[in-house]
Amino acid sequence: MASAADNLDEPAGEDRSQPALANWVADWGEVVMDGVVNVGDMTLFAWRTFQWMLTRLPRKETLLPNFYQVGVLSLPVVALTGTFIGMVLAVQSYSQFSQLGLETQLGAVINVTLVRELGPVLAATMLAGRVGSAMAAELGTMRVTEQIDALASMGANPIHYLVVPRFLACLFLIPTLTVMADFMGVVGGYFYSVGILGIDKHHYWYNSEMYVDGYDLFSGIFKSLFFGAAIAVVSCYRGFNCTPGAEGVGRAATAAFVYSFVLILVIDLSLDILIDAFRNAVWQRRASLF
Amino acid sequence: MDRPQTNNATDPPLVSVRQLHVTFGRQEVLRNVTLEVPRGQTLAVIGESGCGKTVLMKSLIGLVQPSRGQVRFDQQDLATLSEQELTRTRVRMGYVFQNAALFDSMTVGQNVAFPLRQHSRLGPAEIERLVMRRLAEVGLPDAVVAKRPAELSGGMRKRVGLARALIMEPELVLYDEPTTGLDPIVADVINELILRTRRTYPVTSIVVTHDMRTARKVADRVVMIYPASRLEPGESQIIFDGPPSELDRTDDRRVLQFVRGEAGERLMEMRLAAEALE
Repeated sequence: MASAADNLDEPAGEDRSQPALANWVADWGEVVMDGVVNVGDMTLFAWRTFQWMLTRLPRKETLLPNFYQVGVLSLPVVALTGTFIGMVLAVQSYSQFSQLGLETQLGAVINVTLVRELGPVLAATMLAGRVGSAMAAELGTMRVTEQIDALASMGANPIHYLVVPRFLACLFLIPTLTVMADFMGVVGGYFYSVGILGIDKHHYWYNSEMYVDGYDLFSGIFKSLFFGAAIAVVSCYRGFNCTPGAEGVGRAATAAFVYSFVLILVIDLSLDILIDAFRNAVWQRRASLF
Repeated sequence: MDRPQTNNATDPPLVSVRQLHVTFGRQEVLRNVTLEVPRGQTLAVIGESGCGKTVLMKSLIGLVQPSRGQVRFDQQDLATLSEQELTRTRVRMGYVFQNAALFDSMTVGQNVAFPLRQHSRLGPAEIERLVMRRLAEVGLPDAVVAKRPAELSGGMRKRVGLARALIMEPELVLYDEPTTGLDPIVADVINELILRTRRTYPVTSIVVTHDMRTARKVADRVVMIYPASRLEPGESQIIFDGPPSELDRTDDRRVLQFVRGEAGERLMEMRLAAEALE
């Protein structure tokens, strides 16, 4: 064993660099460990939510307010977003397509983009922003003020009572919101293309029908189910693990949106790859725009 | 509800804590706490802020998981119970939270009725009757039933919390700082309510407090917990265990300082810390 006197003879430079490197490695190790623990913890949280959902459905009086909050109150903002995105797509695509004399293909471009991608992703983003953050803030406040502990102390399981209704509301109502975003986007795109840009409406619809099929609509709605589940789990988890104080609640609300949004994009890419691979494996490639 | 009403020496304790350790990250909050509470007893747990009193209470109801050791309620180890069994066990306990922890999305009536709606098959009329009775017992008028918790004063909120904790006629009531933040008159009302609850229902009570008036008035027995970080290695965290009348006769300087409200060496520590900053 080296004595303290031995250490005094070592060059000072080596002494300083080794702890610095060790600290750097320790810091990164801690970050990685925290990340792994968080992912594992959230997976367990999702699993317990799923278990409780199968064990016993929540009561009507806890389900309905959540369905109202997630579904009814989100409709206007989702409809508005869908309408404007449809019109923006028309504006952006027209300038490109008109140079090639393909203005009538706008219907196909707008509607494929809406039902496969933008409708589901925008509906999910709006849900994450409007509902996910509110869920995290509400549950975070309940955690900070010991209301979640009070629930547990009275023999009510907090996951069953608080998380399952929110999860079900997000899961079942996001397809409705997606259909609304799709529909209003199609209406907005049509209104701008035909009403303002003067594109022939017969060809606009003819091209839309040719390139947009039921599978596109289905794939968008199918993806939305995963988005809804992700938003509910991430937001409720953030609320349940909120740190004390007003700052903790604010941080939970922000983190709920940021993590939900990142997860929506990751799920979107992964499912797009799977959905396209499935389509190509089962059916012939569909008609191409060009 | 049928339950044993007296505490014979041969009866097993209702609550038994054995070598309980609770650690959060690297912070040791409870170290080797061993405690037994016989049926029918009112125990006051005293100690300075941050010494682990609330963590001990939350361990007793299974809201905090022990790092080591055992918490037994009616001879059942809480750690071995399934989620459903733990739920059934918790219905036999009532917890009065420090800040009442009322559900702010519900009215007072809905808050008090919550445990009944969760665990009984009573109809709305019967639930309403029981809620009104409990609210009357804690001295709240009928008009309060439709109010939201945010509309109530601190003392009223505590009383609603007490009514909610008692609605299922629990065998064990845990009071977490029941008089903290209240004026002396309202604090005394709460103390009287704790005593009246004990007279009306044969409950076992554990009262966590740093209010010596509460401890002396309501408790049969007092336990003092000292912060784990200030203990000598191997020393028990419970530095006093006895009747309230013994508190002034103890030789332990730390207990006497707490009972008399004297800062003692803490002032010196603050002075040294301030000097170190300069």
